[in-house]
Amino acid sequence: MPLLGKLDWSAIPLDQPIPLIASAVVGAAITGTLLYAWAKGWWPYLWHEWITSVDHKRIGVMYVILAVVMLIRGFADALMMRSQQALAFHAPGYLPPEHYDQVFSAHGTIMIFFAAMPFVIGLMNFAVPLQLGVRDVAFPTLNSVGFWLTASGALLVNISLVIGEFARTGWLPYPPLSELKYSPGVGVDYYLWALQISGVGTLTAGINIVVTILKMRAPGMSYFRMPMFCWTSLGSCMLIVAAFPILTATLAMLILDRYLGFHFFTNDAGGNMMMFVNLIWAWGHPEVYILILPAFGIFSEVFATFSSKPLFGYRSMVAATFFIVIVSFLVWLHHFFTMGAGGDVNAFFGIATSVIAVGTGVKIYNWLFTMWGGRVRFDTPMLWALGFVFTFIVGGMTGVLLAVPPADFVLHNSMFLVAHFHNVIIGGVVFGAFAGYTYWFPKAFGFTLHEGWGKIGFWLTLIGFCVTFLAMYALGLDGMTRRLQHVDVDAWHPLILVSAAGTLISAAGAAAQIIQLVVSIRQRDRLRDETGDPWDGRSLEWATPSPPPAFNFAVLPNVEGEEAYWFIKQRAIETQRLGDEPDYEAIEMPRNSPTGFVCAFFASFMGFALIWHIWWMVALGFVGAYVTFVAFAWRDIVEYEIPAEEVARIDRARRASRLAWIAAHPEGRP
Amino acid sequence: MGIPMKLMTVRSGISALAPVLLTGCAGAGVLDPQGPIGGAERLILYDSLGIMLAIVVPTMIATAAFAWWFRAGNTKAQYWPDWAYSGRLELIVWSIPILVIMFLGGVIWVGSHELDPYRPIASTAKPIEVQVVALDWKWLFIYPAENVATVNRLVVPAGVPIHFSITSASVMNGFFVPQLGSMMMAMNGMVTQLNLQADKPGSYYGQSSQFSGDGFSDMNFALQAVPPAQYSRWLTGVRGGGGTLDQTAYGMLLNQTLASPPAVFANVQPGLFDAIATRKLPDGSGPESGRGGKPQVSPGRPR
Repeated sequence: MPLLGKLDWSAIPLDQPIPLIASAVVGAAITGTLLYAWAKGWWPYLWHEWITSVDHKRIGVMYVILAVVMLIRGFADALMMRSQQALAFHAPGYLPPEHYDQVFSAHGTIMIFFAAMPFVIGLMNFAVPLQLGVRDVAFPTLNSVGFWLTASGALLVNISLVIGEFARTGWLPYPPLSELKYSPGVGVDYYLWALQISGVGTLTAGINIVVTILKMRAPGMSYFRMPMFCWTSLGSCMLIVAAFPILTATLAMLILDRYLGFHFFTNDAGGNMMMFVNLIWAWGHPEVYILILPAFGIFSEVFATFSSKPLFGYRSMVAATFFIVIVSFLVWLHHFFTMGAGGDVNAFFGIATSVIAVGTGVKIYNWLFTMWGGRVRFDTPMLWALGFVFTFIVGGMTGVLLAVPPADFVLHNSMFLVAHFHNVIIGGVVFGAFAGYTYWFPKAFGFTLHEGWGKIGFWLTLIGFCVTFLAMYALGLDGMTRRLQHVDVDAWHPLILVSAAGTLISAAGAAAQIIQLVVSIRQRDRLRDETGDPWDGRSLEWATPSPPPAFNFAVLPNVEGEEAYWFIKQRAIETQRLGDEPDYEAIEMPRNSPTGFVCAFFASFMGFALIWHIWWMVALGFVGAYVTFVAFAWRDIVEYEIPAEEVARIDRARRASRLAWIAAHPEGRP
Repeated sequence: MGIPMKLMTVRSGISALAPVLLTGCAGAGVLDPQGPIGGAERLILYDSLGIMLAIVVPTMIATAAFAWWFRAGNTKAQYWPDWAYSGRLELIVWSIPILVIMFLGGVIWVGSHELDPYRPIASTAKPIEVQVVALDWKWLFIYPAENVATVNRLVVPAGVPIHFSITSASVMNGFFVPQLGSMMMAMNGMVTQLNLQADKPGSYYGQSSQFSGDGFSDMNFALQAVPPAQYSRWLTGVRGGGGTLDQTAYGMLLNQTLASPPAVFANVQPGLFDAIATRKLPDGSGPESGRGGKPQVSPGRPR
């Protein structure tokens, strides 16, 4: 048996300049960053304060950083796909099929699993404990493990760029194409192990947030006093807990097929590919709501805050959220109306699918009435929220259209379908993530993001998005199917060019947002938020300083109604004073732990070794990860103490800045 | 094209884009159907879109209007900082989507049954049978009654219903002729059915709608609907000028090929389609690197 399994020099695509150059650039950027950090002497800081941190805020921020990096990688894939289709008109273009197929498979996989998921999980991680008025999530070290395992999966997907190949099957590897017979390369294995490893991380994150919300709310924070974002996070994470095991099991079956000659989904020996399709969508459709529900929560916070009004129809919103949670498990078959199920089955799932639109429709109207009678401020988060309403209405409408089986019979797997799900995922999830990013950025870092560049970024992204995907809707109605590496139909070419132009506008939007971040960091002193409450917020995260101390709250707040912080703030403005200074006590917080990082380090090696059949390294990686856990379980001191004087010092500074603000604004916010 | 155009201009607000989109849609797509199935499906598409636009457009206008009127700088607008509930509004908020979906649910129920792809097309003409086999990466069409077969080219009489029986000899594919209507998946070891009809003579673009690997983009074909007399002449020509599709010839088709040119077979071994669908014959051979210059295979392949 060769020492390195199937791995040899032929795995490096020396004949393909694009992945080589891309990976060389990425490698140089990573090495450069690491060396720069080393030269600056930042490594101890990064290790102690970030990599080993179990602070939910830090982990949330790291999730979002991972998501943004992967968003850029996935967007680069998108630019390649659009330009390939634009150039490959009666011509081969610059990406041969075996490369193009990897690009669109990686685009989908990265965008869903390593951009959208970490983004929403990161925002939940950051904001939920603050909104609940507590000091951390239920299982802080597990939280760190979950993040680093997600990063490990992302790493494996990106390694496939230069060592071997990625799946050429689409982002959901339908058998039998994904079986060993038709995909003998390592691409599908990269996909499978990357998702199995990151799937464990996602599941632990989901469990963590569910337990945190159910068990760890501040005194007085009953369920019906929770901010809407906590409700939708609860719904989303309950779906994670229910749905991700289906994904893990389905991929495990495909792994057994590919590695041990099982026949779950093969053509022969009684395997059935339709079983895979059913199972993967039994996870896949709830997944859509796992992504969108936190975005709905963010929009609920943003609409209320920037309309200076409570959310309209709070209980109705909760009902609509859990209506969506339940119905999302009853619609998976709409992903394959064209596989020959009869009229009864198709009609049932078509109607079930359109019924979900009732829940989202209610939400849209409630946001609308949240603005009614408000004082609407058009800061960047609100622009994303308003942009979302328009794009999501269209995406929802085309979604219901695809839920009508006879319409789906001609639109399934067409560019119309591609336009639809980008319409809801970009217009819903990504806009929501950007709204949340702009909204909570000052909370995380103590200064707001530059408004001007944020608005430019919003408008360019919105326009680019509309141009790209309206053209795609038209292409789908024109009969163009998805995933074509080259196109020889004359009628489609103009719209393909329009769509490609749209992505360039979106690229300018992405650039504007990167510039926004750079400019904001450079002007951070001017953009500093001293009050901890830059948007005139309504929930408890705005009661803390920006950035919040490790313990979040010196004393857990006593919640006396919905919109906990708004109530406290109004009382302070009326009486022109804060509540009495509490008796500060020492606070015990969980100690940092390298468990997550070390465990993911070994898991990455294990995944890589499984992909390349390097069995000794598999054993080493597995034992390493296991021993890390055991060693962690053995540790005696799990918490450290923040002395009462330190707590008092931090909280007195917070109180002083609040008092100064109240004195300067006796009528509240102007 | 009227209704979707409205959607597009509402969406983008970029009127400059409109002519481009309009010309784009004048091509050979599902909005220009050439048979009864495609026509009925376009009608359902328009109806559903119309039903939804009836609430979508007012909602969008209301969103823009509310946001603008209640902007912070508007001193004329009222400010009700505590207004967050209204039972009547809640009733309306839930009722509007429910009523729309009930209405649409009726469309879905009736449409799913009326346009079930398995449902034969009512016609005085006797339907012709075509057996479809998805291969890597080409389409094999067998005419069992006429005992001929074609590759990547489908000739049918116009105005006559066609009953397709569809399977795959390797991976999943989708049989799709946009201008005629419904697509149907082709799956190994299974036979799916589809009924279509071309009303007028013409050449209609057909393709695979389900990604099937590296040669997928060339898995397209022309469906040529011809007058019945010409169809008979075409059959005569095929019988006079093609080879025999027996197990040996079929074995050649199982190899992966890119952009296969159309071909015809004058004779077909009886029962070939059933033998393929019941997997009595071998599956498509998959990638074969290093054994005759087949499509390139990735590294890391077991040796």
